[in-house]
Amino acid sequence: MDNIAGQKSGLSIATNVAVVVMVLIWLIPTVGLLVSSFRDRDQISASGWWQAPFSVELTFRGRTASDAVQDGDTWVVSGNIFEAPEVQEAFGAGEGTVTGFSTSAFTPGEHPAGVTADLGDGESLRVDPDGSYEFRSPEEPGNRGQRVYFSANTPPQFTLANYRQVLTADNMDRAFINTLTVTVPATIIPILIAAFAAYALAWMDFPGRGWLIAAVVGLLVVPLQLALVPMLNFHNQVGIGQSFLGIWFAHTAFGMPLAVYLLRNYMVGLPRDIIESAKVDGATDFQVFTKIVLPLSLPALAAFSIFQFLWTWNDLLVAKVFLPSNDEAKVMTVKIADDLLGSRGGDWGILATAAFVSIAVPLVVFFTMQRFLVRGLLAGSVK
Amino acid sequence: MHPFLGGIVTIIIGVGSCVGYFYFSNLILDKVIFPATGPNPGRNINRANQWRPWLFLFPAIFVLTLYLVYPVLGSFLRSLYNRSGEEFVGLGNYATLLASQEFRTAFLNNLLWVVVVPAGATFFGLLAAQLTDKLRWGNIAKSLIFMPMAISFVGASLIWKFVYAVDPDIGLINAVRASLFGAEPVDVLQIPFWNNFFLMFILIWIQTGFAMVILSAALRGIPEETIEAAIIDGANPFQIFFKIKVPQIMGTIVVVWTTITILVLKVFDIVYAMTGGNFGTEILPSYMMSFMFRDDGRATAVAFVIMIVVLPVMISNIVQARKEMR
Repeated sequence: MDNIAGQKSGLSIATNVAVVVMVLIWLIPTVGLLVSSFRDRDQISASGWWQAPFSVELTFRGRTASDAVQDGDTWVVSGNIFEAPEVQEAFGAGEGTVTGFSTSAFTPGEHPAGVTADLGDGESLRVDPDGSYEFRSPEEPGNRGQRVYFSANTPPQFTLANYRQVLTADNMDRAFINTLTVTVPATIIPILIAAFAAYALAWMDFPGRGWLIAAVVGLLVVPLQLALVPMLNFHNQVGIGQSFLGIWFAHTAFGMPLAVYLLRNYMVGLPRDIIESAKVDGATDFQVFTKIVLPLSLPALAAFSIFQFLWTWNDLLVAKVFLPSNDEAKVMTVKIADDLLGSRGGDWGILATAAFVSIAVPLVVFFTMQRFLVRGLLAGSVK
Repeated sequence: MHPFLGGIVTIIIGVGSCVGYFYFSNLILDKVIFPATGPNPGRNINRANQWRPWLFLFPAIFVLTLYLVYPVLGSFLRSLYNRSGEEFVGLGNYATLLASQEFRTAFLNNLLWVVVVPAGATFFGLLAAQLTDKLRWGNIAKSLIFMPMAISFVGASLIWKFVYAVDPDIGLINAVRASLFGAEPVDVLQIPFWNNFFLMFILIWIQTGFAMVILSAALRGIPEETIEAAIIDGANPFQIFFKIKVPQIMGTIVVVWTTITILVLKVFDIVYAMTGGNFGTEILPSYMMSFMFRDDGRATAVAFVIMIVVLPVMISNIVQARKEMR
């Protein structure tokens, strides 16, 4: 519609560029998180994730070997610093490049690689870029070898270590199961209750129907915060307390207005003929509902279940209030927000991994069910 | 019992009892209370049908009343009592709130959120909807912009924590600043006042996809003739967009705007995870959570303030719904 003759090409290039820029802004932060979660912990703090495919200059602490060979007046220790046990792990098969070295922890890259450094007392040390070193000393060195601090370009390293740590040591596996435990019942049960109510509001005639629909619309916007204190007190009084049972009830209720509203909007649009002819043929309302309306409403049911699933999976507020705050009952969002962000604020690899573990399932659901989600959104907002 | 097993049992019991309730209550209504036999079968069927809607509606009405209607009243009553809930203090909690500097900051910040986030998300959403409309790879672009909708607020906060990080080897913003201008790293979350906008952008980033999807459908629903007529009359693309398209989807824009406005008043996760309400970034939902478990009186008072802010939207929604039904 915009392709007016003569103006099209310039505008379409501008459009393409604008969309590319926007997509990049929307995508890059998430990509950064994903890349970071696979990076080695030391590399994360040494270079940005956007440099992940490139080598990283890190400083290491190594030790020369201790078996010295006498060469005239001096003792010579030679070997390859990459093979020192402390640093072996960081380097693959000789892939690193030494850029500088020193024997002091304060100036790890003081001497450029390949230069012979005078260490005083007649001692000298040379480390070549490929890691081979030569340490000369007038006296026989002790059996511990000489400390060497060096900086080297390390090959990019991708590892699953963060995932292993998050899933085993940090109780995240438990949190994952807890999230699942909260989410699945809290998604299934409201659908059933809402579907019956929506059918009644869409296809049954009774006094007060209009007011009930209006009430549902009104309840759509009631802030959740209002329910927190009274309902937690109520749960405590009836003996549910802070428990999974309580959070299932809470999520069921909080999802109910949207469920009834969405499903009713959809069911009203179903063809009247089918339902009326079924009734003429002697079907009861219960049969009409289960045999005709429910199967026909599958797209709307799917849309709402995706909403409710995403909402309960991603929820922090309800879980913080209605679940106990001990480690056994924490869901992932609470775990990340309270434990990881608080106490491990600096451990970016763990943070990225934990975040990614928690958003992986919603992302899969999102990309596989996007069609239903869009349809549901449209049913809810555009008439 | 492991809670996961408990979950499975709950699904079975919950679903089973729901189905059982609906099935047997209908059965009882039809066979026992108003059987279609006996002296007045016709009248009985009619009476059964009068009762049936309420059977269908009962569970939904019950949970809605308990969890959403009663709390409006319950919260208000609770907010009139002191911390322990024993002493009636009238509007004392509200007076304390109004006198507190923190509350005023939270309230003003919240007003800022309520204006900026819906405006930003609707603007970017409209932009994305219009730009991707005729693009060959438009659907892929839309799907990627829509993606943050699936991410939790906590997850999104973490994602942006990486972008905002002070360390130029982690934070993209500081890395760009350092490489382009050689500037010293700054903590954008501690810049007074402007840090709010960095937090708001996270929510805009999440909500733009929602706005885009709905506005894009609305744009497609515009009758072609109006646009063709404008082209023939010599309107340029910008005139077509602002003078032909936007006025026709104004209703949808308002719906999107209000929906996001309501959402803004619920979201405490971002502030909680990013700054914990420090550095002058407190908003009402996070301010309320700072009293939760500590002072129910004040917590409910803050919650009720949020309710009052939402009230005009609620009323207009109800009026709108009543109008549509007629």
